[in-house]
Amino acid sequence: MSSLRIFFTRRSDRFFWGGLCILTLMAAVLSLGIGSVKLKPGEVLAALTGRDTASTAARIVLYSRLPRTCAAMLAGAALAVSGAIIQTVLDNPLASPSVIGVNSGAGLAVALVCAAAPSAQQYTPLVAFGGALAGVFLVAGLSRRTGASRMTVILAGVAISALFGAGIDTAVTLVPDALGGVTDFRIGGFTGVTMARLAPAAGLIAVSMGVTLSLSQQMDILALGSDTARSLGLSVGPVRFVLLVLAAALAGAAVSFCGLMGFVGLIVPHTMRRLRGDGSLSLIVSSVLGGAFFVAVCDLLARVLFSPFELPVGIILAFAGAPFFLWLLFQQRGGRK
Amino acid sequence: MIQLSRLCAGYFGRPAIREVTMEFLPGKVTVLLGPNGSGKSTLLKAALGLLPVMSGEVLYDGADIRQMKPRQIARKAALLAQSRNIPSIQSLRMVLHGRFPYLTYPKRYGGKDYAIAHSAMEATGSRQHENTNVSQLSGGQRQGVYLAMALAQDTQTVFMDEPTTYLDIRRQFQTMEIARSLAGEGKAVVLVLHDICLALREADRIAVFQEGRLLCLDQPEAVRKSGILEEVFQVGVYPVQTPHGTQYYCVPGQNQFPESGFCNGLRKT
Repeated sequence: MSSLRIFFTRRSDRFFWGGLCILTLMAAVLSLGIGSVKLKPGEVLAALTGRDTASTAARIVLYSRLPRTCAAMLAGAALAVSGAIIQTVLDNPLASPSVIGVNSGAGLAVALVCAAAPSAQQYTPLVAFGGALAGVFLVAGLSRRTGASRMTVILAGVAISALFGAGIDTAVTLVPDALGGVTDFRIGGFTGVTMARLAPAAGLIAVSMGVTLSLSQQMDILALGSDTARSLGLSVGPVRFVLLVLAAALAGAAVSFCGLMGFVGLIVPHTMRRLRGDGSLSLIVSSVLGGAFFVAVCDLLARVLFSPFELPVGIILAFAGAPFFLWLLFQQRGGRK
Repeated sequence: MIQLSRLCAGYFGRPAIREVTMEFLPGKVTVLLGPNGSGKSTLLKAALGLLPVMSGEVLYDGADIRQMKPRQIARKAALLAQSRNIPSIQSLRMVLHGRFPYLTYPKRYGGKDYAIAHSAMEATGSRQHENTNVSQLSGGQRQGVYLAMALAQDTQTVFMDEPTTYLDIRRQFQTMEIARSLAGEGKAVVLVLHDICLALREADRIAVFQEGRLLCLDQPEAVRKSGILEEVFQVGVYPVQTPHGTQYYCVPGQNQFPESGFCNGLRKT
């Protein structure tokens, strides 16, 4: 592990940020350009610039690939930042929105609403936000109230995830059409995403990101431990509360259009912290870029690996994410705290 | 100056310190001694407003702590906490956060903050690590960075909770040297230590705690002579004259011959 870290910290800042930006941009371009239907770069460009909106190629770009690319990048960025916040606030490197029940809370809320009132679909981001909020405060409240150890928090989160997951399955079993509008909801995917469906979630994500960025200093101080943070004059309770609300908003908004996408919120902040750990501001920004990159690439793989068949992106994420999580667990056992 | 008056504070409604009255004098190194669980850390937390006051008072220059905002407290007292996280952040950036209580809109650290952070890192010998990530430092180096952050807070009173624990002997001495020089600048320095001998040698005043009560607050030699340390720790504490001045050593079992039964007018119980 140390070899990896030294390898990267010796690179200059410019290299890291430049590389990350280029990778993310490349992922976006590839995601727009590659798919089961082969398109020429000229056709994609024409559609994007508005010179051509009528041809089949343009329609594929505008109504299929563009929404998908936006959805993948938004979801990746939102879940990654949500994970970065949750790890900092719970002071637990193993926490993430999917591990501690935030994603499944949002998913349950969405499933229930879709089952009970299919006409209320435009409110899914808000509903998902509410569900995510319930999940995050259930776990955070439990860990605070009982003074639970880091491991107990994770276990409580897993239990709550299982509970919410069972709720989702029940809703889906009783009302099979409930999540028909959101295919692959259970594993996470972007099939059938439209710009109109994306817009409200995108708004919520943008606002939450802005507020999170403005709180990066407070996040830095929170990461020093609660005694030190309070001795520096930080109002720990309110700041924690606001940050958890933001984490719930980000994860909830993402879940509302992409389903239960696991591991992004765990992997990306960790990778960024290890590649270039320098406080919360750089963690947030690099998580935005890294999350967008990772999910866009996984989505691309999901579309082209077995083309014309398509895998839900959640499967690819899990194939990449599960081994990473295991690797992390073994690092934690031997290494620092 | 911070004064405690008949202070009771604790956790979950149970007081861990009872009826403590003392003040932390400027220009003096005050060391708090006591067995594990005797309420030393609780006292620091209560004095800093990290724990609510159950009864009694904590006064900052005469002002009641309950009327003060966290920021106002943070400009008057800094804490080197006992449990220190290992954040992933550049050392200098972390030390700069010592200036957080002074930050006004737009929340950016300015030239003055950088100057203070640099000199604080100089004082704790961590200047050469300023571009290193805190998570890559050794325990001792990290403690130096934490201490620099507390110094950057530039407060009248500095609390350090077990600042020498887990440090090698050279760093322990360095830490005590920093404490002494802070007192030399006129600051009130308050340390929680477990090393009785170090305390007797370096402190200006020693406060001895047992089960949440302050038993004795006096100059080191007076505290030693009172026999209260033998009583509380169940050890013998002896002075020995060396070419390096008076040193102390401890042996298991109580001293059979306390030289006096009195300490600062308090009869030992």
